[in-house]
Amino acid sequence: MEKSTKKQPWFWTSAVASIITRLVLIIYFPNTLNFSSRPEISTPLTSIRRLAEGYWLKQSSMSPYAGSMYHGSPLLLSILGPLTIDRGEGQRSHLLFSLAFVVADFITAMLIRSIGQLLQIADSQSLKSLGAGRLLKVSGLVPLAAFGWVIASHLSLYPAILVIPLVLLIGSGLDTPPRKLFVQNKYGDDQNELSSDTHRKHKGTTNGTSNLIVFSWRRVVLFFFWASVWAFYVLVLCSISLKEFSGLGEMFKRTYGFILSVEDLSPNIGLLWYFFAEVFDFFRDFFLIVFHINILFMVLPLAIRLHHRPCFLAFVYIAISSVLKSYPSVNMQFSFFLFSGYLGTLLLSPVMHNLWIWRIILVVESVSSMLSHDRALKQATTPVSKKVL
Amino acid sequence: MARLLSIFALLVFVLHVTSESTGEVVEQLEGEEFTEELLFRPLPDRKVLSYFHFESKVPRTNSYGHHHRLFPKAIYQLVHKYRITEMELSFTQGRWNYESWGGFDPVASSNAKPPGVELWAVFDVPQDQVDASWKNLTHTLSGLFCASINFLESSTMYSAPDWSFRSLSGNLRYGSLPREAVCTENLTPWLKLLPCRDKAGLSSLMNRPSIYRGFYHSQRLHLTSGEFDLVASGHGITLEQTLTIVLQPDALETNAAFSSSRKLQPSWSMNSLFGRTVEGKCALAKSSNVYVQLEGSLVYNMKDTWNDIEGYEGEEVPYEGFGSNPNFGFSVSPDRMMKEVNSFHKEGSSILYGFSIKDYHSSKPFDLGFRWKLPVTWSCVKAPLRASRFLMGSGNEKGAIALSLQSTEWSESLPKAHNDEEKCRLRVDVFQVVPWYIKVYYHTARLFVDGVPQSLGDVIEKMHVSPSEDKVSPGVMETILRLPCDMKSASLTLEFDKGFLHIDEYPPDANQGFDIPSAIISFPDFQTCLEYTQDNTSIKSPMVSKMQEKRKILSYTEVLLVPLTTPDFSMPYNVITITCTVFALYFGSLLNALRRRAGEEERFLKSKDKNTSKLRLLLSKLSAKLRGRAWEPPTSTPPSSSSSPKLISSKVIIKIVLIAAIGFGWQYYYG
Repeated sequence: MEKSTKKQPWFWTSAVASIITRLVLIIYFPNTLNFSSRPEISTPLTSIRRLAEGYWLKQSSMSPYAGSMYHGSPLLLSILGPLTIDRGEGQRSHLLFSLAFVVADFITAMLIRSIGQLLQIADSQSLKSLGAGRLLKVSGLVPLAAFGWVIASHLSLYPAILVIPLVLLIGSGLDTPPRKLFVQNKYGDDQNELSSDTHRKHKGTTNGTSNLIVFSWRRVVLFFFWASVWAFYVLVLCSISLKEFSGLGEMFKRTYGFILSVEDLSPNIGLLWYFFAEVFDFFRDFFLIVFHINILFMVLPLAIRLHHRPCFLAFVYIAISSVLKSYPSVNMQFSFFLFSGYLGTLLLSPVMHNLWIWRIILVVESVSSMLSHDRALKQATTPVSKKVL
Repeated sequence: MARLLSIFALLVFVLHVTSESTGEVVEQLEGEEFTEELLFRPLPDRKVLSYFHFESKVPRTNSYGHHHRLFPKAIYQLVHKYRITEMELSFTQGRWNYESWGGFDPVASSNAKPPGVELWAVFDVPQDQVDASWKNLTHTLSGLFCASINFLESSTMYSAPDWSFRSLSGNLRYGSLPREAVCTENLTPWLKLLPCRDKAGLSSLMNRPSIYRGFYHSQRLHLTSGEFDLVASGHGITLEQTLTIVLQPDALETNAAFSSSRKLQPSWSMNSLFGRTVEGKCALAKSSNVYVQLEGSLVYNMKDTWNDIEGYEGEEVPYEGFGSNPNFGFSVSPDRMMKEVNSFHKEGSSILYGFSIKDYHSSKPFDLGFRWKLPVTWSCVKAPLRASRFLMGSGNEKGAIALSLQSTEWSESLPKAHNDEEKCRLRVDVFQVVPWYIKVYYHTARLFVDGVPQSLGDVIEKMHVSPSEDKVSPGVMETILRLPCDMKSASLTLEFDKGFLHIDEYPPDANQGFDIPSAIISFPDFQTCLEYTQDNTSIKSPMVSKMQEKRKILSYTEVLLVPLTTPDFSMPYNVITITCTVFALYFGSLLNALRRRAGEEERFLKSKDKNTSKLRLLLSKLSAKLRGRAWEPPTSTPPSSSSSPKLISSKVIIKIVLIAAIGFGWQYYYG
């Protein structure tokens, strides 16, 4: 905590410096460093040009989904569409867009930072709680979380699986070491014949664990209530904006259907496009099912193993879905990890499949390291608790 | 009395005349008709245009019946089966050179076709059956003409232009195959539709090696049918078959005086062009004529040395005089001469010489020769704007299509004509079909006039876009541009992304690239029409009357060749293997990481077991609870061996029952 407060000015200067760097890049090198058309970043789902085309179609009173250009939400058209209009000066729309992205990135960065700080606090507290149990409740707003989840799922479908970590997060709080530790501690403690004063202390621990096990269903129900409210709201907005053209059925077909059926075979950093460009048509449906099942298949085992660490669980879900999803790009939430993966692949071998293998290894290794971290904690705590006792 | 008598006589006369005329009309309407015509026209770049024009007509079925003497049965059945109101099919090799062969006259405007196959048809069926009719039609024509027209069946290959291709086209479908190779096998079935095939008449000139040697070769079939008109007086089916060939005559028999001079145009004869002569007319043809057309500007350029022609203006023209002209001469003296009236161009009016071949036979074949005597240079009348289309950008990812319109000397004279108006604007219609794998961003449309970017609203009067849908439909753009008359050049650019196809969708020679069919540029402000003074022989020539029809000027742009990225065709298995490896790696290693605990935990529990029996107590309690038995305090030995076989046996029974049920279900539903 003290460290973070000390680091605060340094952090802010670096944040300002990075924003200034980006602005300079935007203003002075608009064409040479324009990555928005690179296939690594713009996929059929995220391309700005496609959004502009969709907006243009909508402006010329055609369905934005006419033709196979736009596959995003109709709400994005209303929000970002006006920015795409070229007002004759050429660079203007580009500038506006870049500014919007800088702002969005800055907000994301601040949010990630605050999550990190919360996690740090939780971690230190839970480490302390191994000795003396203390519970940290999530202070976040349930409606806001529900809103975020609904919008994210609406925009790119895959965040829908984040409902599990979110429920865990809301129900039982931030990342903590596994409860089993405490259970075992309890037995470990019970096994030893204890003096009366340590016994009292130990009672506190058991109280703590019993508190931890409490899963606040009320908040979860509240979350689902809000989620359904927001989902309804979003759908109503979508249907209003698509009223003149085609209904919500068209929207679902053109957004989620497009994501799930991997229609566009333009290259991206994923592996599905290459596969589906070459696989025989007869097996196409089978492999579509297999690949999507692969994402869903790991949801439950991971949730069972990592239920005590919702944030990490969320990270793993995002990582898996962004490796295996149909149109992945580098501007995902874990771009930093990918970036390091890129560096690794760049240095080691430029072969394409290596990249995928590296990314998968990264995911797997992070999961196993988190598990071993927990295991190490567990192994460490037994002597610690003994020592404490 | 005399007055009364005279009135009576007049009445009788009138009655007689009307009855006679109606009888004539009925007679004319009654029969089937076939005419064959051939037009030669010297071109400025030392080439000769030969234009064969065959027309077959059949009256309406309800007045004439189903049986025909001349009209091809295949076409008649086709029209009736698919209820075609109008159809045009063209096979073209080479590209019409709009610069030197002209783009304004009726022959160029209706016979300059895009390379490959172009087909459009209007159906007289309800809107929802048009596509089905089109698909059947493509297959029928494919069989009829030995061509891969059936590729136009796929909805990615044809489009339904709204208004830019032809006005009032509700049931029109348009498709083109730029890659289609045209050869003899397409010509033979086309000739089969003629009553004399190529055995007699003008079509006997079609010596295959010589006509496919040409610079441009377009074989066209156009049919209009009034069969389905509700109005009873409508005409029947008219089948118009044309073959347009541009040949380079061998400059053999040049005049000695100018043999050294390159300026003298090459003289030619039918024999030198085709290697054959006409041995009489097709006996079934109503009329059989050969024409030589001299363009207005050619006549104008020759005028300096051509003084005696000035005298011949009226209809009483002594034809004998035309065989000997200071500039050129025919080997056969023309039967008649027609001069253009109401010429658009001040320069000069074109002249048409007619030759009738009905008097020629095998012992006296008809071999028309045209000999230049003096060198002359001229240029053809071009379309108002020269349209060309090209690709911009590099790489396999994206690019841009640019459509450039350059003013010709013809349009440069426009502002003078429209000087009194405030703003002279030239209307240009653009109809462009782009296959779906060229993903055009229509919002990136930019328009430059004389290099200056213009706002689209000022120039585009109307725009209709139906964007392409992947693997379903091509992108169609129909635009009306209003360009200022005094501009030098205008260009319209559209950016596109190149699509990526499935391995099966690539043609055998995928690395050659993919074709974007020609765009059609039309100029509705101008109508091409050549009106000739009708000669007194009263033989109405369908070709000349076709020339007199007003039609808008069309010009086709180049076919674009877009290279697309090709996947590795040789190893789909490798890709599948690699991808599955990645998935197996992900799945296996992640699952392994997740369940690695099992062994360790067991060891841990075992070690715990030595220390504590309480945990074990709890575990056994839990297991007992799960098994639904009364908990008994555990012994040091593992759980009683008596219970486990029982458990196993029950499990086995359940498994067997389950498998049997699945098998039964399978049999029941799929057996």
